[in-house]
Amino acid sequence: MAWSTALSETGVPTRGLAVSLRGVTKTYDNGVMALGPLDLDVPRGEFVSLLGPSGCGKSTALRLIAGLSAPTSGTVGVSSRAGGRRPGPSIGFVFQEPTLMPWTSVRENVRLPLRLAHVPSEQANARVGAALTQVGLAEFAGAFPRELSGGMKMRVSLARALVTDPDILLMDEPFAALDEITRFRLNNDLLSLWRNLRKTVIFVTHSVFESVYLSQRVIVMTPRPGCLRAAFRIDASEPRDEDFRTSAEYAGYCRMVSKALAPSTSGQSGS
Amino acid sequence: MSSLPPPPLSTAQAGPENLGHHIVRILLPAAVLVAGIAIWELAVRLDNIPPYVLPGPSAVFTTLVSDWGVLSRSLLVTLLTTLEGFTAAAFGGIALALLFNQSKWLEYSLFPYAVILQVTPVIAIAPLLLIYLPQQTAVVVCAWIVGFFPVLSNTTLGLNSVDRNLAGLFQLYGASRPQTLLFLKLPAALPFILGGLRIAGGLSLIGAVVAEIAAGSAGAGSGLAYRIAESGYRLNIPRMFAALLLLSAAGIVIYGLLALTSHLALRRWHESALGKEN
Repeated sequence: MAWSTALSETGVPTRGLAVSLRGVTKTYDNGVMALGPLDLDVPRGEFVSLLGPSGCGKSTALRLIAGLSAPTSGTVGVSSRAGGRRPGPSIGFVFQEPTLMPWTSVRENVRLPLRLAHVPSEQANARVGAALTQVGLAEFAGAFPRELSGGMKMRVSLARALVTDPDILLMDEPFAALDEITRFRLNNDLLSLWRNLRKTVIFVTHSVFESVYLSQRVIVMTPRPGCLRAAFRIDASEPRDEDFRTSAEYAGYCRMVSKALAPSTSGQSGS
Repeated sequence: MSSLPPPPLSTAQAGPENLGHHIVRILLPAAVLVAGIAIWELAVRLDNIPPYVLPGPSAVFTTLVSDWGVLSRSLLVTLLTTLEGFTAAAFGGIALALLFNQSKWLEYSLFPYAVILQVTPVIAIAPLLLIYLPQQTAVVVCAWIVGFFPVLSNTTLGLNSVDRNLAGLFQLYGASRPQTLLFLKLPAALPFILGGLRIAGGLSLIGAVVAEIAAGSAGAGSGLAYRIAESGYRLNIPRMFAALLLLSAAGIVIYGLLALTSHLALRRWHESALGKEN
């Protein structure tokens, strides 16, 4: 069991990078420096968590990677899919809130990205059906968002992010507003999805336990402006399940990450 | 995937208590109406008030039946004017709000004039319009002026209250401007637009009536408001009341239709149209 600490970026196997940030900073119009400078490499197929307290620029980093806002300085590199319909990266985004269109059905919400890309309706129908099956909501296709529970809405949001079969999945504290039971279940479902699809996932969270449970790598960020404080490789045995959640190994990882997160431990952690 | 809990697909359920509440809410105003009419009739009969001072409800009703030919024709004229003004206000208000939304320059240039048009009392504008425009056109324009602003301002508000993350999502998937407008902004603005239309419906009727009364002195009108003015000159008070009754009924029907449209369009998703128990 390798209790790797403070993993340097070069320690990552070079299978090709999905995302690469170099000296990225973001300063908002009101002068608040939210992020950086941040260097981050995410290899293809990795599940990486950005962990930090509220307001540490985690969400800002995700928005920069998604191209929803531009960095003040530095470069944001995102690998593009070859032969895609449209140029540019293929990204799915799951927000903190479900962010569904309340005026239309679950089916139409999931279909939205395909509709915007002018995918023929027959093909779109099949893909919407498949995405809803993946998240276990096939029978709720006709329901409206308000008729669903919080966890189910989040699943719809996930299905919508998956429907374009993106290479990279960006998730911004997606389960933060859910109760613990629902969150655990969605964590497990997300892990099994990732195991099957092997997409690059960048998962923003403020929960140590969630980040350790889900990720191959946990990146701890400092409060404003958000910089990289420490990175941990979580080399836990697969598959992770409820047994893992109660194991000493898991507790050990959590303790280590928590220490790095605590303000008293400044700089790189090395326990 | 794990099994899911049963969905909370509950819709409005009218329990016996709820039903009783509904009946009370209909019965109470109805009782007030009946009592009011009875007292009115009784007062007129006991005091022997002549109909040219105050006709009793029975006299008004008799006039309504006997003058139905004239009154119904006038009602049609007024309704048609209102409909034309309302349609123009709806399309004009929504179209202008869409233009404002696409171009800030246009909004900055024109919005103050829309406000000026709104705050100037229509009764003061009507006589001028009647000088420069053919009468029927002037009346429709009045109905349009008063109905147009609520649609414009509500639609603008709605178009600007789109969820920020949803807008980000559209951006992420490379949505074009028409796509963003059609699939995001307009549906998000729909509750606001319908609210504006509900106000505009009643206001268009008011605009039409105001213009008809202003035109009435010119003598060429034939709408309900003109009938009221004309009957006033002739001291035909029962017919004044009958025409007023029809105007009031028209207003109620217009409001009811628009409220129903709003409810049908929003009932599956918007808070305003949902039952309290959810």
